[in-house]
Amino acid sequence: MRFNRTTALVMAGTLSLGLLAACSNDDEPTADDTGSGSPAASADPNEPVTIKVAGLLPTADDAAKQQLADRVTSFEAKYPNITVEPEDYEWKNSTFTTQLAGGTLPNVFEIPLTDGKTLIQNNQLADIDSYVKALPYGSQFNETLLANGQGSDGKIYAVPAKSIYAVALHYNRKLFTQAGLDPDKPPTTWDEVRADAKQIHDKTGVAGYATMALDASGGWQLAAGANSRGGVIETAQGDGKYTATLTDPAVKSHLEWLKALRWEDNSLLARADLGWGEINAAFGGGELAMYTSGSDVYNALVESNGVTKDWGYGLTAIPTENGGGALTGGTLAAVTKDSTDAQKDAAVKWIDWWYLSKLQDKDQAVADASTRAEADPPQAVGTPVLPIFNEDLYKQNLDWIKDYINVPLENMLGYTNVMFTQPLVPEASVATQDLYNALFPVVQAVITDKNADVDKLLDEANKTGQAAIDAAS
Amino acid sequence: MTTDDVVPAAPPTGVVRLHERTRSRGTPATWLRRGGLSALIFALPILFIFGVFSWWPIISAFVMSLQKTNLTDAPLWVGLDNFRAVFADPLLPTIIRNTAWFAVLALIFGYPIPLIGAVLMSELRKRKGLYSVLAYLPVVVPPVVAVLLWKFFYDPRPEGVFNTVLGWVGLGPYPWLADATWAMPSLVLEATWAAAGGTVIIYLAALISVPAELYDAAEVDGASVWRKVWHVTMPQLRGVLFITLILQIIGTAQVFLEPFLFTNGGPNHATETIMLHVYNLAFANLGNNFGQATALSLLLAAFLAVMSLVYFRLTRSWSQS
Repeated sequence: MRFNRTTALVMAGTLSLGLLAACSNDDEPTADDTGSGSPAASADPNEPVTIKVAGLLPTADDAAKQQLADRVTSFEAKYPNITVEPEDYEWKNSTFTTQLAGGTLPNVFEIPLTDGKTLIQNNQLADIDSYVKALPYGSQFNETLLANGQGSDGKIYAVPAKSIYAVALHYNRKLFTQAGLDPDKPPTTWDEVRADAKQIHDKTGVAGYATMALDASGGWQLAAGANSRGGVIETAQGDGKYTATLTDPAVKSHLEWLKALRWEDNSLLARADLGWGEINAAFGGGELAMYTSGSDVYNALVESNGVTKDWGYGLTAIPTENGGGALTGGTLAAVTKDSTDAQKDAAVKWIDWWYLSKLQDKDQAVADASTRAEADPPQAVGTPVLPIFNEDLYKQNLDWIKDYINVPLENMLGYTNVMFTQPLVPEASVATQDLYNALFPVVQAVITDKNADVDKLLDEANKTGQAAIDAAS
Repeated sequence: MTTDDVVPAAPPTGVVRLHERTRSRGTPATWLRRGGLSALIFALPILFIFGVFSWWPIISAFVMSLQKTNLTDAPLWVGLDNFRAVFADPLLPTIIRNTAWFAVLALIFGYPIPLIGAVLMSELRKRKGLYSVLAYLPVVVPPVVAVLLWKFFYDPRPEGVFNTVLGWVGLGPYPWLADATWAMPSLVLEATWAAAGGTVIIYLAALISVPAELYDAAEVDGASVWRKVWHVTMPQLRGVLFITLILQIIGTAQVFLEPFLFTNGGPNHATETIMLHVYNLAFANLGNNFGQATALSLLLAAFLAVMSLVYFRLTRSWSQS
């Protein structure tokens, strides 16, 4: 085919214009100015507004998708001016950062408790203070938890939304039995954990204990171990300055403890490539007998790792000593900074509807529990988590959904008996992910190198951590 | 005036055309008459694509390296602070050492193997195509799939694939990726497997261009196969060898995929390369170090540019001899 010159020139020109158009932003212009923190009353209640919200995990089953669609329909019926567009959402460090920087996060998104403070300090979250306080239960949040979503100005930028947990010890009851241990008497001190791990390895050949060592999750679990031994990885100076304390004796003693399991007892799983998901898979696959992670991990074990009620899952509290406690964590819901006032108003209404009202309202609690319990395969209902509001409301909630509870609560007594009385430790306030990132290589070194110099490694990690704190504050 | 009017009649010979062009260069009118405008319009799409997807990001990187930004909040000009932070980074020596170690190992494993393979294959009389396909096959496998497959092979337990196979001859079990000493060679082994095919094809193409008379002459002179390779093939391949060497050095200096997917830099930073560190600075801590990340990438780019210049200058005389 041949073109004459005019046709060819027109085509080349059109192609240029087409490319120009393709690269331009096709988002609708926003109706409002992106003012921050103006009072909720200023948003026009009848103005049509569309919000994108974090929906389900990309792997969610059809039953869960249907439940979300129903919730969206009933929400839109209640607030006819609001249109809700859910997007698949799974928080991952790298993809989250990319979306945050690129401005492609949904208006309502989820973040780990860990990152609340950092994102607020970096001015990356919208101020939703007035909208949250206007909720009927706006002042009833558990204050310690809510603090994770509050800025130094005391305003609310994110609210605790789901999966609030304390780090706990998860164990395989069948391996306990095979090793001649009583699965109803799980270890309560780190020495007992070590002794049981050794006995399990000696009797069954399976690793008695394992720890996450990959990425920030490795540092997170080392911090949890140190917290349980009475140490912290960061201290406040009181004048807004913070000091990295990665060389805390508790951090060191937990590392030495791991080192002893690995190289003296040979009872620690020799894998330095386990993150949160990987260690769940290894546990579900019978590769290890005990590990620490959030108390709600049973949900994920059921959803992704084939664990059932009869599998032999056991949950107990993390051992504590020297005034230590269980590290807490969880999920916050936040709103993108470029949301308009109307979108912020709608976003907080959605946060109430999707995350929180089921903790406050019997009908919504039952609807949620029945959908999960009746899914095929059934999803976990009743996994012990910490209350977002208060203990009474939490127990009331469990009573509403008691017909649907399908987790082996009798195997979780070691945790549930103390969950409201055990001391809890919040995560570090500043540059928390950076501190975890500085720590995980030390965990990897202890697992992979018999001669790892823990003191030297912690010194280096502490310098990196302090530099990150200085840069962040 | 129609577009066709501006097209001059074809000059009778190239000499005249050259002469005419020299004479008529200058005024915008002659530029138009010579078809400069249509040339520009034809070039626009590609200029646009390069501008948007190559040059603009490069300029942005320069700008960002002088800023503290998280891309959400307004950026702050910080001068050369990001570059100072790069040099103050306690991990800098480690990542440079790791990248250099990867490059050296990749040269030892990855440079001679494709050459030997190509020379052997060029000597074959039958099934040349089949062997080319086999050599090139790993290049076709998507890199992420290949790495995940090898990760499975590298299972450090005695029942892992490689450990099982080596166990048959009484070797191992080896820790592979789970050990600071073993991790990097394990990465290079996979990288060599994955990349060798492309280089083999380049060498094969170059070998075809070696005149057959040279081999005939060498054979008449009684040269052995080894002497033919050393005295005929290698000198003829010299130019290609230089190019593949510098390309390989530039490529290995920017290695990211293998350490990212196999070990994410572990254990204890043993496989953290410069590019992985750039990625971690930018994306592993909620995007607060984009400035330092771009500063480090610019330094790497500058280093590679200087190194390439020096390399070409040093080897120029040799390759022309």
